[in-house]
Amino acid sequence: MYKKGIYTIKSNHPLTADVWRMVLEGDTQWITRPGQFVNIELEGLYLRRPISINDWDENTITIIYKVVGRGTEQMTSMQAGDHLDVLTGLGNGFDADVECQKPLLVGGGVGVPPLYRLAKELIARGRKVSVVLGFNTEKEVFYAEEFRALGIDVYVSTADGSQGTKGFVTDAIRENAIDFDFFYSCGPLPMLKALCGCTEVSGELSFEERMGCGFGACMGCSCKTLTGNKRICKEGPVMKREEIIW
Amino acid sequence: MDKKYDLSVELCGVKLDNPIIPASGTFGFGREHNEFYDIDILGSISIKGTTREARFGNPTPRIAECRSGLINSVGLQNPGVDAVIAKELPALREIFHKPIVANISGFSIDEYQECCAKMDKQEQVAIIEVNVSCPNVHNGGMSFGTQPEMAAEVTRAVKAVTTKPVFIKLSPNVTDIVAIAKACEEAGADGICLINTLLGMRIDTKRRRPVIANKMGGFSGPAIFPVAVRMVYQVSHACSIPVMGCGGVESASDVIEMMMAGATAVQVGAANLKDPYACKRIIEALPAEMERLGIERLSDIIGIVE
Repeated sequence: MYKKGIYTIKSNHPLTADVWRMVLEGDTQWITRPGQFVNIELEGLYLRRPISINDWDENTITIIYKVVGRGTEQMTSMQAGDHLDVLTGLGNGFDADVECQKPLLVGGGVGVPPLYRLAKELIARGRKVSVVLGFNTEKEVFYAEEFRALGIDVYVSTADGSQGTKGFVTDAIRENAIDFDFFYSCGPLPMLKALCGCTEVSGELSFEERMGCGFGACMGCSCKTLTGNKRICKEGPVMKREEIIW
Repeated sequence: MDKKYDLSVELCGVKLDNPIIPASGTFGFGREHNEFYDIDILGSISIKGTTREARFGNPTPRIAECRSGLINSVGLQNPGVDAVIAKELPALREIFHKPIVANISGFSIDEYQECCAKMDKQEQVAIIEVNVSCPNVHNGGMSFGTQPEMAAEVTRAVKAVTTKPVFIKLSPNVTDIVAIAKACEEAGADGICLINTLLGMRIDTKRRRPVIANKMGGFSGPAIFPVAVRMVYQVSHACSIPVMGCGGVESASDVIEMMMAGATAVQVGAANLKDPYACKRIIEALPAEMERLGIERLSDIIGIVE
């Protein structure tokens, strides 16, 4: 289920030069799984902006967004007390109940945020969780400490080697010989593809696409899968690796 | 207050509680919006454009943000007419209990006829809406709706296989909309629906390439409202068949403007994507807007502007 509501901004702060964290206060009952997203109406823009959910509780939603265009630029100027019109509970999200013992979470850049709540859910289910976070450079690294605070193994890769393993997330997985029996991932398409190329185990991946409505009506964000056509916003954004057509 | 104001209209003998119809392609088969509100309040629904075979549509990205609107190049993704009839229409009947508008498309005259003949047999379908903006694969890909003779040929072909009222949904991407509408009327169309989207394009200046994978797509949203009002006015005054007005409608005030221009019913498109409650909001706002303008019966103002 998904609903529209008016939310009050509680806080809005930068984590890096262009990644911001915003906490919204309002009805969170429609959010059921990590990996779901919200769709935010912004003044002067026609389409809403879809942003993944980083975490939520009874009355707050935390989102982390990267400034990539006019919409997210505008969001950085918003302040505590401002109101936003938001659709919540969108998308299928990750399945934290998949049978596994040692799940690996792999996030790239602004794909990192939804894995945070997922990590919490997996820990609550007694899984031994490892996390690999990939960035371009040390200055862009965010949320590594928040993941560490959950008491799990956190590995960082940077393309320029300024922090952690030099290279990509796949290099960090190899270098640290991480043992895992399932993976969950969110990040840029080349990263998702490389990840599937470096392991045979099953996993779930979260995809992005330009969306019209965000709730399945317009068919703007469809993709072909081995199990039929899917809407990224509705049957996605999370797909099983076994159904993906690369 | 609502009791005093009559929102009902009649479209080729089909009585609608109100003139509001979600436009094809912005409302799927009703399921998604029904999660937000009870869609039974709508006048009718124009279902997702249906073709003979299942279609995935165009490659993604196929949505682009614009000032006051969006471009889409979805390309008629649908499960095909047989699956629509077997699965989608029965599911829609569970949540929407009024007659619907079946929007059909084709890439050949045969395809239009086959889709129309199949929809003709569906009891819940009250009106057939024929999208003539598709390219004709037998004529160099030129859109059926861009030439009076081709639009008339489609009209004659579908009229031959149905007894239900046929509305031809016209493309605004033409030099003389009146000539095309009149050709459809003379070929037996029972009504005209206009406008479809305007052909548009956006460029990602950072990547130096089009935003849309297919380069161009259909521009819709409030930016096209004045174009739609103009064409509804021209066509409704030149033809004697009813018009469904469509294009950029966002408010009760827009609905009344469109009806004064000549529309008997009004379709709401892009607004359904931005605000899932758009149609509900408009229907609920109509009585107050009628009161403000001194209108008791909405049907009284159809084409009132000379």
